Amino acid sequence: MENETTYNYRVVRQFSVMTVVWGIVGMLVGVIIAAELIWPAISFDLPWLHFGRLRPLHTNAVIFAFGGSALFATSYYVVQRTCQARLFGGRLAEFTFWGWTLVILLAAITLPLGYTSGKEYAELEWPIDILIAVVWVSYAVVFFGTIMKRKTPHIYVANWFYGAFIITVAILHIVNSAAMPASMMKSYSAYAGTIDAMVQWWYGHNAVGFFLTAGFLGIMYYFVPKQAGRPVFSYRLSVVHFWALISTYMWAGPHHLHYSTLPDWAQSVGMAFSLILLAPSWGGMINGIMTLSGAWHKLRTDPILRFLIVSLSFYGMSTFEGPMMSIKTVNALSHFTDWTIGHVHSGALGWVALVSIGAIYMLIPKVFGKESMYSTRLIEHHFWIATIGIVLYIASMWVSGIMQGLMWRAVNSDGTLTYSFVESLARMYPYYTIRFVGGLLFFAGMLIMAYNVYRTIAGHKSNEPAVQTA
Amino acid sequence: MSNFWSGWVIVIALANIFGCVWLIWWASKPKQGEAAKGDVTGHTWDDDLQELNNPMPRWWLWLFYITIVFGLAYIIIYPGLGSYKGTAGWSQTGQYEEEMKAANETYGPIFSGYAKQDADSLVSNKMAMDSGRRLFMTYCSTCHGSDARGSQGFPNLSDNDWIYGGQPEQIKASILDGRRGVMPSFAHLGEKGIEEVTNHVMTLSGRKADEVKAAAGKATFDAQCVACHGADAKGNIYIGAPNLTDKTWLYGSTKGHIVQSITKGRNGVMPAHRDFLGEDKVHLLSAYIYSLSK
Repeated sequence: MENETTYNYRVVRQFSVMTVVWGIVGMLVGVIIAAELIWPAISFDLPWLHFGRLRPLHTNAVIFAFGGSALFATSYYVVQRTCQARLFGGRLAEFTFWGWTLVILLAAITLPLGYTSGKEYAELEWPIDILIAVVWVSYAVVFFGTIMKRKTPHIYVANWFYGAFIITVAILHIVNSAAMPASMMKSYSAYAGTIDAMVQWWYGHNAVGFFLTAGFLGIMYYFVPKQAGRPVFSYRLSVVHFWALISTYMWAGPHHLHYSTLPDWAQSVGMAFSLILLAPSWGGMINGIMTLSGAWHKLRTDPILRFLIVSLSFYGMSTFEGPMMSIKTVNALSHFTDWTIGHVHSGALGWVALVSIGAIYMLIPKVFGKESMYSTRLIEHHFWIATIGIVLYIASMWVSGIMQGLMWRAVNSDGTLTYSFVESLARMYPYYTIRFVGGLLFFAGMLIMAYNVYRTIAGHKSNEPAVQTA
Repeated sequence: MSNFWSGWVIVIALANIFGCVWLIWWASKPKQGEAAKGDVTGHTWDDDLQELNNPMPRWWLWLFYITIVFGLAYIIIYPGLGSYKGTAGWSQTGQYEEEMKAANETYGPIFSGYAKQDADSLVSNKMAMDSGRRLFMTYCSTCHGSDARGSQGFPNLSDNDWIYGGQPEQIKASILDGRRGVMPSFAHLGEKGIEEVTNHVMTLSGRKADEVKAAAGKATFDAQCVACHGADAKGNIYIGAPNLTDKTWLYGSTKGHIVQSITKGRNGVMPAHRDFLGEDKVHLLSAYIYSLSK
């Protein structure tokens, strides 16, 4: 069936299944390191189980393995369906799957062994960075090649977001990872001092903006109207928030470096643009949620739609919280505290994971030639367990974060600090325990999903539907 | 920043902000031949994906405008546009200096009062010792531990064993200007030579060792180690050479630790705090540390 008259669903199936697998792996590592913060002894003094080595493994696994697979799966599906064309580039799509899998496996080996470039969310060493660049450029060729040969007159809005995500991530990755190799597994950044920090956070914040936002808005723009059976709320809004979002995000990185050696002007510009970013971010939320007007009743019966809509609520919440935290006065309290961890997870679990899970539940039956998922009840259970898990996670981190910020700045009548660091740490145990329980619940939800997916695809028939002609 | 780069920053930052304003204006304009408000635009993808031609929500546009006005005002008032300093004359260095000045005015007299008293009277002053303890928890506990008992490479401050002397003035000197405890590498002695010296060093603190090796090691010790550790091996507080005859071992007491110290040397650094904390606070801190071993 390998010809131009059918869609390439094979690569979509591969990435869809791996989204679930990597989700379980990445979240399991997250649960382990959350437990290590409560019971440090469970690393058994083994260096490769140490928090400092597993934490980058967790972030890389959930962002690039789980999130990345969800983006590959959905973008390959969406671009074919909305362009009415089979994926461009023949076996290049297959290469992106195996290449990306190799990157993930190399990360899973090298990070626990302690190989790191020391750049957050870009820890992998230079040979792996080169592999990532090659896979990513291939991804761009497949995606834009398919856009080029589309049979529809216009490019669907989801593809704008996927396109912006693919191009920008290529630039971010290549610029930030530029380094001078010293040996096979050791390199030194091409930038020095404060410039290195600024390049890193230009990368870091746009990894949030383009990998974790624009890409997943691409998912939203296809799967929400599709599942709701309603037209996208406003074409105008999508145009304005798309261009405003991608241009404004580029400036927001310096808010990670408030009150540092970064020059004042860069800090101020970073904060001003972070605030301006609020409306463009909310544009996506409004367009998604308002698409449901006239179909709200579907939320009662359709847990997949509920995943998608609740993800948009968390998206709106964390994109409100982000600009607030970029204000210098607020940042002076929140920086270095668990508040940041809570903020990141309300985005990562609430937005990125929920929208991916919803999309994968829609995608699995379609690409495996089934009517629907094996069990809607299990999706329902997954939804509630995941939501409760997120709420426990972020609420505990808000409390502990604000408590840390207040304890660290409390002074006595002689000007000395009221609490030592370890005193503030000792107060964190209850919150770390609640966070651990929240993470465990979210992880348990993924296991339910895996079972449901397994039962759905067991004994599946190959499904390569013909490319649409109208 | 050169004028060129300053201008570059100003131009692209403002272009981006005003670009957003233009974008809203352009997108709000009715286009020729477009669908009526609230209707679908007429494009369809994947069988049933359509878009409505709804206007942007008014409240959302207001939110957008408010943040744009705030953002512009912020980079006019504060330094944001290249080398332009902002109308408020604010800088983070300025803010730091102001806050430090205010803090010194408020709290400075407390510590200059303590600086006039000698260590013994401070030790018996509970309020002074509470302040000293909090300074210790903030500035010293990272290396020396919350209980001041140190760890490998970081001296225990709660016992009576002092590498650089335990009198208040000696402690004060250690904190004010820091210390560098350098033990050079004796790798040139070779594996056999190091083994022998190690055996001798172990006998110095009354431990059992290979007598033949220790005897050979003593000759090497007398030739190479006494310059710093002294003929009686009791160390030298003026250069921070530790006493080798007692039970206190900064870098570990096992044979393995001693072999490592001799082979690779040690390089201990206590940073200087004169500029950072000022003499008044260091005076109180040294009295507190002095009290720990009393």
